[in-house]
Amino acid sequence: MPDATELELTAQELRDVHSESILDTSFHRDRATLIANPKLIREVLGHLQGKGYTMIASLHGVDYYPEEPRLGVLYEMLDMKRVDRISVKARVSIDDPHIPSVVDMFPTADFPEREVYDMFGVVFDGHPDLRRILMPEDYEGYPQRRDFPVGGEPVLFTYNEEQGYGKYA
Amino acid sequence: MEVKRERIPADFRIRQLKARDMLRGDLEGEDLQRYVEERVLTTTVDKAVGWAQGNSIYPLTFGLACCAMEQIHIVAARVDIARFGFEAFRASPRQADLIILSGRVSIKMAPVIRRIWDQMLEPKWAISMGACCSSMGVFNNYALVPSDKFMPIDVHVPGCPPRPEALMHGILRLRDLIQGHAREGWRARYDAVGTEELLPGEAELESPGINVFKPGDTAGA
Repeated sequence: MPDATELELTAQELRDVHSESILDTSFHRDRATLIANPKLIREVLGHLQGKGYTMIASLHGVDYYPEEPRLGVLYEMLDMKRVDRISVKARVSIDDPHIPSVVDMFPTADFPEREVYDMFGVVFDGHPDLRRILMPEDYEGYPQRRDFPVGGEPVLFTYNEEQGYGKYA
Repeated sequence: MEVKRERIPADFRIRQLKARDMLRGDLEGEDLQRYVEERVLTTTVDKAVGWAQGNSIYPLTFGLACCAMEQIHIVAARVDIARFGFEAFRASPRQADLIILSGRVSIKMAPVIRRIWDQMLEPKWAISMGACCSSMGVFNNYALVPSDKFMPIDVHVPGCPPRPEALMHGILRLRDLIQGHAREGWRARYDAVGTEELLPGEAELESPGINVFKPGDTAGA
């Protein structure tokens, strides 16, 4: 993990290149996080890639309900030579949940981006194949959002299997 | 090869004579009454069958999630269910009496469990173990379903996960249930009438609490 000073230096480097790219930084319990502008996420991750953070160890979504903007996308960047990690967080609103895809820069982001789209409804612009990955393709809603209603879905036995989502529907 | 003969018990002859005496009808009156009272126990078939069934429950070898780790421990030395006659875990639902739902049940898994339950032969019982299986617990999300929604449950064991002792207690409660003397709940035991939880709007309270007045009421002023 970079320490707090190194985190600020990295943030300043990014601000020098793209003035609007870093909105804030957070250093909590030795975890360095850059809060990035979602519109410039490709530039931020590209810069970090050039610095040596060549791998996205994890890419996941969060719903910060009732905070605004509600949805968050977290990129856990890993420098495998120095064994160093830094988190990049981008917040998008629920009304306009769009963020540029980074699949062409980090091919490993393909399935995680699809999963975040599946669970939280964040649309990754430029993703080559943005489909649901876990839920049935005709599923309605984004089940990991905090306001998703829980408990209404019927259990499908043989006699009513045609009533559900999936291949029979 | 020498053939070994079974030894005849020493009092065999005496017992033979007693039996012949009994058949001759030697006993009469009080002697006969005492003889019968000492040797005959009356009960109902239901009670006798319940006693037998309750002391030889065959659970199904079946684990769903982390609660299964605790379920495994009830067979081991510390809380040894072999003491009660429940140690024969059957690998087939057709040979089992008891299914322990030990863990979270997803909506996709529920029909599978229901099929296993339907394959079990009567009489059969079910224990829902842990918070997830009863009320979805910490995994309360789109994918889970509480077990009461797809099959009948006899005993719920709370906990996350329940300790092996808690599951053991649940199984012993089930044994009481099978033997026809289900233990009363704590309300009945402590005579705690009127402490039942009420949902909002379910019932009108007869008297308001102390120092609760309607608007305009000056009685407490």
